[in-house]
Amino acid sequence: MGENNIVVSYLPLIVMVAVGFVFGLSNVFLAEILGSRRNKTNVKLDTYECGMEPVKTARERFSVKFYLVAMLFIVFDIEIVFMYPWAVKFRELGEIGLVAMLLFMALLFAGFVYVYKKGALTWD
Amino acid sequence: MSVTVLLFGILAVVAVASGISTVMSRNPVASAMSLVLHFFTLAGIYLTLQAQFIAAVQVLVYAGAIMVLVVFMIMLLNVGREEQMRENPGYRTIIGTALGVMLAFQVGKTAFTDVAGRHVLPPGSAVTGTTEALGETLFKMYLFPFEAVSLLLLVAVVGAVILAKRKI
Amino acid sequence: MSPIAVEVIIFLIKAVLIINGLLMSAAYLVYFERKISAWAQNRIGPNRVGPLGLFQSFADVFKLYFKEDVVPKLADKRFHLIAPVISIGIAIGVYAVIPFGDSFTVNIGGAATKIWLAVTPHVNVGILFILAMTSLGVYGITLAGWSSNNKYSLLGGLRSAAQMISYELSMGLALISVLMMAGSLDLTEIVHKQAGGSWNVFFQPLAFIIFLTASFAETNRTPFDLPEAEPELVGGYHTEYSSMKFGLFFLAEYINMVTACAIMVILFFGGWNAPFLYEALALPEGSPLLALTQFGVMAAKMIPFLFFFIWVRWSVPRFRYDQLMSLGWKVMLPLALANIAITGVVMVILKHFGIIS
Repeated sequence: MGENNIVVSYLPLIVMVAVGFVFGLSNVFLAEILGSRRNKTNVKLDTYECGMEPVKTARERFSVKFYLVAMLFIVFDIEIVFMYPWAVKFRELGEIGLVAMLLFMALLFAGFVYVYKKGALTWD
Repeated sequence: MSVTVLLFGILAVVAVASGISTVMSRNPVASAMSLVLHFFTLAGIYLTLQAQFIAAVQVLVYAGAIMVLVVFMIMLLNVGREEQMRENPGYRTIIGTALGVMLAFQVGKTAFTDVAGRHVLPPGSAVTGTTEALGETLFKMYLFPFEAVSLLLLVAVVGAVILAKRKI
Repeated sequence: MSPIAVEVIIFLIKAVLIINGLLMSAAYLVYFERKISAWAQNRIGPNRVGPLGLFQSFADVFKLYFKEDVVPKLADKRFHLIAPVISIGIAIGVYAVIPFGDSFTVNIGGAATKIWLAVTPHVNVGILFILAMTSLGVYGITLAGWSSNNKYSLLGGLRSAAQMISYELSMGLALISVLMMAGSLDLTEIVHKQAGGSWNVFFQPLAFIIFLTASFAETNRTPFDLPEAEPELVGGYHTEYSSMKFGLFFLAEYINMVTACAIMVILFFGGWNAPFLYEALALPEGSPLLALTQFGVMAAKMIPFLFFFIWVRWSVPRFRYDQLMSLGWKVMLPLALANIAITGVVMVILKHFGIIS
């Protein structure tokens, strides 16, 4: 292929991901065709709750702790993303790169200590 | 038609469709998932611009982290269907339409003005988008902004904890 | 044949081989899981279908196809269907960048064609792509939990999402210390850097342990299988799944296990490098036989890890959820950070004395 755009070299990757999804979908539909179709009674289609009659729906509010974990995850994830270009270039950057990253990591660690001391990481 | 243009066309159509679906969906979870698909196609469009690292990070950070928070939020607050929180549209519709028309005009004007060499990526752009080149630039030219980012993220951590944990 | 047609055909062959390979390895992993669990618990295990019960998994797959697909009436039908497709799509999509060897050259229509043992060879952001895809895996499980409209499913899905994102951080940090040594995100390049027995595991044992633990958590395997902790949550996020939709979740779990082992071998155990083997065989560069040997070496290295995954499942009890979260955030995260700092300092000192370049 005569083009020198890198997206051409990524084409197999994009198609492979698509193939994965198509594989999943086709299996679901294959099972739909092959699967048995007994009459679906009202009780059978009820929500499973250990044989008891379901109490309300599952659309309930839940703990703020999950939300806190997700927020902290975003912040730390972004910090990690900054480390990848640094890690790849580490040998060339040498001492200056190390000092720059240690400073970055010190602030990251300060944030971590704050979160720790505030008890936000304790799952109670 | 070259492969790049074809791919861009497909990605752009999916991106616009998923963007519209994000805004129009009545179900908040469907809306959030459309946005995930939108970020995915944006990553593909970055690839057509030779920005490999940005494309991967787009999926990693936006689709993989920020949207997880959004989905959590939707479930946390148990946001129901849109009808429940709809108020009278009035002035919002007017301002929104006006802004939309302005945007469409700008995009149209740019798209139909012919600038020489606009469709050609500058030479060496395939190298600029790699992780190695980004590390080089970030840690030699933009070292101070990089350190400033860590301060910004520190503020974000503190803010997250204070928002979520009232009684400390 | 035009070069484009050749490329397309090569891609198709690779895709078919990968999907079939994954299906076969998942089927036999399930079989061996059952055999090993039987051995661990002093039972016999599957032995009825075929010699030694070897066809048991296939019988199970056929059974799943013919099962009735029950969708609860309160479920969100659309997302109930999409969730397992997301899980399996991501599990398979990751294989776009995983290399199983170098390349070999064959003569197609008079032109020497180089065929890589990876769907997309030399991806500049290979590792990042894998991380990005695994971070999307959260959606399959969260959506399954949410769309079922079942309390057990919802709790399982949320637990799993919080667990996976927590351990993703330690995983990413453990990777960074490996990347500092390799100087590339390209998986093939990382393997080449470990040639001659300088496997990363010898220099980064802590990073390896962190990565291993995190991959147990990412694949939702015991002792981190809280999302489906059966005594408390029935079946976790797939409580309301049946037929092949359940099968796809099951398949995705085992494919993710194979992926985790492949990545560990590539990052820490030198991929298809093997001491003395290639010198002894002396196969010419680019011959299909050499590529086949490389694939064999890689597969042979993956088997002990796969056994380890299964072995741990039947030996170690499950964590409590607060223990799991505090292990991820309070122990592994600072350890991984410290590992990066130590690696950096040591490498700069070694460079100062001219021991490494």
